[in-house]
Order: sequence, then C-alpha cells, then structure tokens
Amino acid sequence: MIHIKPYLRLAGLEPLVIRPETNFVNVGERTNVTGSKKFARLIRENKYEEALSVARQQVESGAQIIDVNMDDALLEGVSAMTTFLNLLQSEPDIARIPIMIDSSKFEIIEAGLKCVQGKCIVNSISMKEGEAKFIEQAYICKAYGAAVIVMAFDEKGQADTKDRKIEICTRAYKILVEQVGFAPQDIIFDPNIFAVATGIEEHNNYAVDFIEATRVIKQNMPLAKVSGGVSNVSFSFRGNDAVREAIHAVFLYHAIKAGMDMGIVNAGQLEVYDQIEHTLRQLCEDVILNQNNDNNQATEALIQYADDVKAKGQDGGKAAEDNSTKMAWRNTSVEERLAHSLVNGITDFIDADTEEARLKYSEPLEVIEGPLMAGMNKVGDLFGSGKMFLPQVVKSARVMKKSVAVLTPFIEAEKERKKLLSINPNGPSAGPAKILLATVKGDVHDIGKNIVGVVLGCNGYEIIDLGVMVPADKILAEAEKHQVDIIGLSGLITPSLDEMVHIAKEMKRRGIQIPLMIGGATTSRMHTAVKIAPEYGNGVIHVLDASRSVTVAGSLLNKDQRALFLKELEEGYAQLKLEFDNKKTVKQFTPYKDAVKNKVVMDWSSFEAPTPKFTGNKGIELNDLSVLVEYIDWKPFFIAWELHGNFPAILTDEVVGEVASKLYQDATTLLNTIVKEKWLTAKGAVGFWPASANDDDVTLLNGEQKVDLHFLRQQSKKAAGQPNYSLADFICPATENKKDYLGAFAVTIHGIEKHIKAFEANLDDYNKIILQALADRLAEAFAEYLHAKTRQEYWGYVSNEALTNDDLISEKYVGIRPAPGYPACPDHTEKYSLFELLDAEKHTGITLTESLAMYPASSVCGWYFANPQSQYFGLGKIQQDQVEDYAQRKQKSLEYITRWLQPVID
Amino acid sequence: MSIQESLQKRILVIDGAMGTMIQRHKLTEEDYRGERFAKWHCDVKGNNDLLCITQPSIITGIHLQYLEAGADIIETNTFSSTTIAMADYDMQEFAYELNVAAAKCVKDAIQQYKSKHPNSTEKYIAGSIGPLNKTLSLSPDVNNPGFRAVTFDEVVVAYTEQIKGLVDGGVDVILIETIFDTLNAKAAIFATKEFFRKNQIPELPIMISGTITDASGRTLSGQTLEAFYTSIEHAKPLSVGLNCALGAQEMRSHIEELSQIATCYTSAYPNAGLPNAMGQYDEAPHQTAHFIEEWAKNQFVNIVGGCCGTTPEHIKHMADNVRHITPRPLPILEPSI
Repeated sequence: MIHIKPYLRLAGLEPLVIRPETNFVNVGERTNVTGSKKFARLIRENKYEEALSVARQQVESGAQIIDVNMDDALLEGVSAMTTFLNLLQSEPDIARIPIMIDSSKFEIIEAGLKCVQGKCIVNSISMKEGEAKFIEQAYICKAYGAAVIVMAFDEKGQADTKDRKIEICTRAYKILVEQVGFAPQDIIFDPNIFAVATGIEEHNNYAVDFIEATRVIKQNMPLAKVSGGVSNVSFSFRGNDAVREAIHAVFLYHAIKAGMDMGIVNAGQLEVYDQIEHTLRQLCEDVILNQNNDNNQATEALIQYADDVKAKGQDGGKAAEDNSTKMAWRNTSVEERLAHSLVNGITDFIDADTEEARLKYSEPLEVIEGPLMAGMNKVGDLFGSGKMFLPQVVKSARVMKKSVAVLTPFIEAEKERKKLLSINPNGPSAGPAKILLATVKGDVHDIGKNIVGVVLGCNGYEIIDLGVMVPADKILAEAEKHQVDIIGLSGLITPSLDEMVHIAKEMKRRGIQIPLMIGGATTSRMHTAVKIAPEYGNGVIHVLDASRSVTVAGSLLNKDQRALFLKELEEGYAQLKLEFDNKKTVKQFTPYKDAVKNKVVMDWSSFEAPTPKFTGNKGIELNDLSVLVEYIDWKPFFIAWELHGNFPAILTDEVVGEVASKLYQDATTLLNTIVKEKWLTAKGAVGFWPASANDDDVTLLNGEQKVDLHFLRQQSKKAAGQPNYSLADFICPATENKKDYLGAFAVTIHGIEKHIKAFEANLDDYNKIILQALADRLAEAFAEYLHAKTRQEYWGYVSNEALTNDDLISEKYVGIRPAPGYPACPDHTEKYSLFELLDAEKHTGITLTESLAMYPASSVCGWYFANPQSQYFGLGKIQQDQVEDYAQRKQKSLEYITRWLQPVID
Repeated sequence: MSIQESLQKRILVIDGAMGTMIQRHKLTEEDYRGERFAKWHCDVKGNNDLLCITQPSIITGIHLQYLEAGADIIETNTFSSTTIAMADYDMQEFAYELNVAAAKCVKDAIQQYKSKHPNSTEKYIAGSIGPLNKTLSLSPDVNNPGFRAVTFDEVVVAYTEQIKGLVDGGVDVILIETIFDTLNAKAAIFATKEFFRKNQIPELPIMISGTITDASGRTLSGQTLEAFYTSIEHAKPLSVGLNCALGAQEMRSHIEELSQIATCYTSAYPNAGLPNAMGQYDEAPHQTAHFIEEWAKNQFVNIVGGCCGTTPEHIKHMADNVRHITPRPLPILEPSI
C-alpha cells in the first residue's frame, strides 16, 4: 500500500519537495529590483538577457527557489514580470527550480502566475486590507495552483510581537484551510523579520519574537511552513557585509532550530555558523537573542565591533588623500554637519548624520525640532534675504525630506510606545500648522503649486497636497478633515478663476473660518480683489510667487499679526476694487458693428494663397527629442524657478548667475538623459483646410463638411487709421472668391508620470520640478519646431528661412500661431473645433478637461495663419453687443458664452 | 452509479483512437463539408471534429463500436473543438456548437447500446479537451525566446467556451488530455474551476492526462513527470495519467512512477506501439492488451485504454484482460509529516 505524506511540493522543470530532512531552503533574493541595484538597472535598461545571468548566478550559488520582484516605480511591473518570466522559461538551467513571484501588487503576481508552468510560491498575500480581499486572492492563487506566503499583517497592522504574529497566522490559517480549501502544506507564513540593534530598546526583542512565534506556529500548524526576509534583521548594519552575514547566520541558526523552513537570502553569501569568528559570534548571539542587552549593551558592543571592522577595512584606503579642506565640515558637530548639508543641498551624508543625531537626542522628534529646523531656518533666512534662490531651496528641501524619512519609523515607533503608555503622542503642542494645496477642478498645471509646497514645507509647515483637477467639494472636505490652517488654490488657465470664485463662495456657505491663498499664472491681485475677496470674509490673499507664500503664511498664522495683516489687506483690496470700478467708466468703446467695419485693411486683389502640401490632418510622433533641444526657449524655465532675466545672460548675472548656471547644468543633464533614454515622447497633429472669412467667422472645408470658426474683435476705441483687430481679418473674405487656407496644430509630451513618481519616491522634488518644467519647454519647442516645418514644408509659404532660435522667440517668423484661450482669441471653447478638425485626441492623446485645459499638462495647440500681414494682438475688453452677437454666431446661450468670456467682458 | 463508485470497484476502460477509425471511412472533402458547409470558403477535410455536425452517424457509429468492445468511458470527438484550434479552418464561431454536438453523438451511442444491452454497467462520457496548436511556455520564434503566440487569458477564454459546450451537451467528466505544455493544462484547469465556480454548478470530475514525448522522460515543455504532477495537483483530479506519444512498452516506467506519487486514480492509454516507417501503428491488439494487463496486475492503473492506432479490437482485448483484476487502491494520505 502506498503512503503519501503532506509535504510542501513545488516545481519548476523539476520537483522540489520540502521534507523534514530538507533542512533550510534558500530562496535567491538577487532577482529583485528593490533589493539589487544591478538587477534593477538591467531591467530598467531592458537588458533582460543580462538580467537572466543574475538569476543563473543565484541558481549556481545554491538557491533552491528564485524570488522575482519587479516592484519599481520606473517599471511597468506587469510587463516586466511577464517578459522576464517568459524568457526565464527558455533557460532550462534556471527554470528547473521553482519561482517565487514577489510583489506588493496582486496584478503583478497574477501576471507572473500566467507565465509559469511549474508550481510557484506567491509572495505574498495578507489580511492587510481585510478578510474579503484576502480570501479572493487566496482563491485566485489556488486556481493557478500556487503555494502562498501569508504575511503576518492584518487590518490593524504588521505584527511585531510574538503574540500578534501567532494570532494573525492562526487566523489566516483557519480561513485558508476551512473557507478557501487551501492545502495546509501549501501555506507558508512570513511572521515578519524586523531589524534589531537599531538603538531603540523596543526593537531589541524583534528576533526573539520571530523565533518564538515560529516555534509556536510550527507546533500548532505543523504542515504549514515559515519563511522570512532574512536580511531585514541586520538592516542597521548596512554597508558592513561581514557583520551582516554573521548576524544572518546566527539568526538562522536559532530560527531554523525553532522551525523556520525557508528564507529569502543572498544565496551566494551565507556564512557558516561555526566559522564565524568567536567574539563576533558571541556578540551576534547577544543581539539576536536579546541577552546581556540591558540599556542596549549588546547593541553597543556589536556596533563598536562593526566600527572596528570597518575602520580596519578602510586602512590604506585613499580616504586620506581626499582634499581635506573641502571635507573639513565633516569634522564639525553633528548639528553643524546637518545644517551644512541642508544649506548646501548635500544628500551624501544625511542618512548617517541623521542616525548619529537620533542616537544623540533622547527622542527622534527632537532631531527635527532641533538641528533640522535650525538648519532650515538658516535656509529660510538666506532665502528671505536673497542670498539663496529657489533651486537651492528645493535642494535643501530634498535633504530635509531624506532626513525626516530616516527618522519617521522611529517617530512612529515612539508614538506607538506613548500610545501604549497612554501619553498623548503629540504632546501638549498641536504640531505644525497645516496648509492644504490644490490645483482647482478643470486645471492640470501644478509646477508652481509644487514649488510653493516645497518652500512652505521647508519653513516648517505640514503640506497636504491634493494634486490637480481637484473639485471644490473635495478641497473643502479634506480641509475640514485635516483641520488645516490655510487653503491654497492654484490655477493657470482663465476658467480656473471662476472655479476659485466658486470655492470662495462655498467656503462661506460652509462656514469655514480659515484664510484662502490664491496663486498661479492666471491669477492677479486685481482679480482677487474684485472677484474673489468679496465672496469670502475670512481672508483671501493673492500670493505673487513662492517666495512670498512664506511671509504671507507666517503673517496669517501669527496670532498677533493676523488681524492687522488682514485689515491692511482688506483696505488694499477695497482700494483696488474702487479703482477698478472707476476705471471701467473711463474706458471708451466702439459699438461692435462699427468695430467690424474698422477691420484690418488688406489688399486682397493681388492676393494669392500658398497651397499646403496636404489638406485634412495628420499625426506626427517624435521618439527622438534631440531635434527639439535647439528650439527650447529657456527664459520661461528660469522664470518657473523665480529667476528673472534673459537667457543666456542670466547665467552670468552678478547676483543669480551662479545659481542659474548650476540649475542650467542640472537641467541640461536631466534633459540629456530624457533624450538619450527616451523618457518622453512628443506627439502632435497638424492640419490645413480651405478657408474663407465672413466678418468674424471663418468657414473651413473639412472634406465635404463645412466647419465654422468664430473669432472676437477688439472693441476699444482706436485712433484714426488704427484698425480693430480680429484674427478673421487675416483670412481672405468669401466675397473675394479666392482660395485661402487656415491651419491648426496640437502637440504634447507624453510619459512624464512614471518619472515624476520615481522622483517623488526618492523624495527628490528638485529633479521632479526640473522635469515638469522641461516637459513644458519641450512641448513649446515642439510647437516651434512644427511651426517651422509648416512654414518651410507642410504649407511651404517661406522658402530659405534663416532664423535663429532668438529670432523665433521674438516671433520674427512670417505668419502666426495663436492659441484659443490666449489674448488674440480668448474663447477656450474654440478648442473643441480645433480638436475635432485635427482628430487631436486620436493623434496626440491630449484630452480636454471641463475647463478646457489640455491633459497632459505639457501641451500646446493653436491656429496657423500664413498671411504675411497676420500679427499677434491682445483682444482687450469687449462689450455686451459683441457678446450677444457672438452667442448668436456660435448658437449658444448667452449665459454659456458669458461664462466662458467672463475675463474679457467689460 | 457514479464514476467514483465504479473506480472503487474495478478498472475502467476508456475507448481507443478516433482518428484511426475515421480514416477507415475514407471520407472526401464533400463528406466532411456535408450539406451545411457545402459552400464553406476553405477546405475542411481533416477537421475530424466537424464530423460531429456533418456526419454524426459515422461518429456515433464509432462510439458504438467501442462500447460494444467493452469501453466504460467514451471520449467526445472534441480534441480540437476550441476557437483557437478551429481557426485553422476559420471555424472559430462553431466551437461551442461542435462540443454540444459531439456530446450528443456519444449520448446517442450510449442510448443505442443500452437499448441493446439493458443490463449493462454504467457508461460515462468524457469531454475531451486537447492541448491546442499554440503553447504558452514555448516560443514559436527561435530568435525571440520571450515571445508567445498566445496568452494565458486567451487560452482560458477558448477553453471556457469549450467547457461550456461540453457541460451543456451533458458530459460526465472533463478530460484534459495529451498535455505537452503544462501551462496550457493549467489554463484549462483554471478555466474549468472558474467555469463551475462562477456559474455555481456542481463541479464535474476532472481527468488529466499528460504526454511524455520521448525517452528523456519529460514533457515537451521540459518538465519531469513528478514536476508535471506537482504542477497540476491543485486541480484535485479524479485521475491523472499518461497518453499518446509512446507505446505501452516505453510508457511503463513512467506509469509506474506516477502510480507511486499520485494521490488520485491513475490512467494510461498508450499508442499502439511506436509508428513504423510508414507512420502506421502496427502493434497487434493482443500485444497492447498484454502490456496493459501486466500494469493492472502490478496495480499501476485504474483506467486503461488506447490512443493513436488503437482500435475496438485493441480495446476489446484490454477489457477482457483487465476485467477481473483488482484495481490500484488509492494511496493512504498521511495526516502528518
């Protein structure tokens, strides 16, 4: 009679049966983008063949299972997992062992399961998001025939004590076996290995907790397995591999005895317990088993030993030859070193220095409130006094963020501890003031808002950034939820102004008390004073730029200053409103009918239109952005960073030259990477159509179909001989019976999001903002490039044009490319026609928000006029008679038109 | 009597080759087309599954011959009745209908048989699910080993439609057979489990039969037999076994190994030996039956039958030889390590 035992059985091309005599199963950890820099780089660079060699090396070093993880913000996890595993299947020497599919995203896990014929391990599922999700994911794993790692994590959090580990694992086991029908031997627990010897007493017992929990789990659920990520345990000895390997060996020695079955390890780097140098082994024993460790004694001893090992290792190194003057600041106190790093934006030493400060101060929060804030205050002072500039401040913020990131886990642990002792974790003080920031509904632009967030964050405020396209309701709900002290709104396009007014009204209706800050390119002190401030009584402040946000926030939140500040502001705004109201009556207008008669005088009798190469639309895609680089207009890039001046003169400017040069250098470095590594794609559409004008309407022939475009005309009273301009004047009137054409374009830059995310994940606001600003510049450059191509080739109305980039920037070309929503044609709704004519969504992927902002944010569109007499102009204010006529021409309600034209209606 | 109950009592016999039997009819293109597909835009000769619709009496007749020979389990003629395999004839749209029709052919045959033999033992319909002509673990392009001609999800969709047809047609068992790429089989298992779970129908038993392609003892996709079994064990199959590619002689050691590791019933239906120089199978019925009898006596198997080249004569010899042999008992599953 055959007897079959309930072993965990796995398979690649060959089976792996885990029997009691199997001892410890090594799971290779190097094919993990989060753990291996080399592997991550190879995958990112699409060098999958080479990445396979990392897997092969693991197998050759004795890995019995291989852990594959593609969780990286820069990667498409699903496709990276699929590609790698598919390739791996064709390498029998690797594919022979089972695969552990490792991801925090279940969709990546499922993608992996679809590629592997053998029996895999899923790493991992948990009750983090509740039982229902856990059960569903377990069913799916079961349907694919995989074993699962269950992390000791539930709705309340990750288990750190022995009891919690046992409690969660027991509960998960019951659900899996009784409800899902999982085979008990296919369940592997990961009861969480946490770092010991961190200097925090609460952490000292983490290894013991794991080992003892393992013992109980294996007693109570003998068919289940226990696994864990071993390298976590020695995390605080990063950079000292000799000590780390010894810690791992000692830890495993005890954990395996307690029943640990498998672990994720660097298969090539496992020290043998017996061969560890005696003193080191004893120190590791103490740390792992938390013995002889009162007052962190064991920890201190191991740290001391580790430092000695390190020092020895560096003997004879080149360290001494480092130019010592440059590095002299490294010999100062830790507070001075932190301040130096903050002011100079140096991230190289911040982790170590922060850790040193943490050990020096009694609570991690004191490091922030003490040396870090002192350093940032210095940054704030220098910035306030014009000795530092925005790019440097953003770099300082990056250093600050990284330092805080090191401290956060300790602060959280401290909070937990105090909670247990029933001490109010926030202490008597209420914590930093909170400022909520959002780009309003319908608007997608956020560079300025991000900069304001960074600058305010540097000045000690807690920033709650809701991102872009945020509806009023969400802004106010979040403001109430977080009990913020100030709301800041941002917007770049004109319809955002109305949305801000709406939000102010809503704040009043909801009885909100806190002040409202208004910022963004389209906003103005005047508009704020006239339109927004009257709607809300608790303070509406227009903030011109990021630097000023600090003083404004400071005044608003200072109890003594606030009343006076608001009172002065109110008076100032009242005065502005008065001036505005008075001015209104002064300005002189021409009736619309007369304005039409005073159109631009053109000589149509001798006119002959150049014929475009094609009519209708076509899409254009650039994968290689190097052609755009020479078309970049750098001035607005520096303005985004609040560095005003002409380019390239600004690079040698007496005051900001140095900063501007450094910024330019960093920006061009990133730009090179963007171009070389093809981070971004430029997509565009261009089109031309036969056109004829009828006063302010232009009729296009789109195939068989007639499409009417509607333009607006200047209405201010003009001096004799000066026309009232309308763009329609530059198209040959229908009455002339001659051929003429009008063109249009839309361009955009795709692909920024994942890189933004990566920079965010890396706490790197500096490069994030550079990237955003560069994407805007590239979109503009693409528009410039396309216009040149249109002039010379597609429409071909200029031959041998020889213009420098400076000439282009000062618009010395023939013909114009005005954009709907901008001064010559401020009606954003004409974008609908433009998009339809171009099939813009199809060709470029740009979508229009309800406020007619274009998304992605780095997009440009416009009309092409080729007539040599065509020129840019500003419409100015228009009067009701034109608004009514326009509504009729567009066959829209007066109310609709009034809403969209609000900013230009007198 | 359920198939589980029958398996406890005796060795069950599954039928033999369908293709070999169809060849005997020497059907022409016109025969394959029948009236319904007289004007079909491409040739359909060789689309054996199509005969369930165009020549149902021929298929029913073959099933009847196997029943008369002593088969307990009759496979539907649906080896290629999936949208993916039918694409060869541009007949994707008939996948569901082919499966329903095929089940009906077996049902009709069993009905005819039972009316002739009112006291016969229970007969079972196994819905045959073949391996597809596209594989999930192997690249068809040698220069691009990461490439796949089909995705797991596409395979699941195709199999789900087939399963729906088989279940609607009234089969008793789902038979996933001739597996040379385990990942395709896993997709079939996934489709089966999800089909029953989502439609809240009681699950039909699953029979699984892999194919060891050559003397290396591995599947075409490279797995050893034990790795293969481990990879499909989650289906909790009624039986697991081997078929095709090998004759009984070459299959013996593998079926022996499988009988030692499988917690479920085991099955084996080898080819009638290896093909000769002319590509024909010439192992005589009594020879094949002799091998099978020896396996039965050694308690390697619970279900036996034939694959390519076997005929009702082979099945009759087998059935006669194994009729009184005690079947392999299910292994004892120990509760602890």
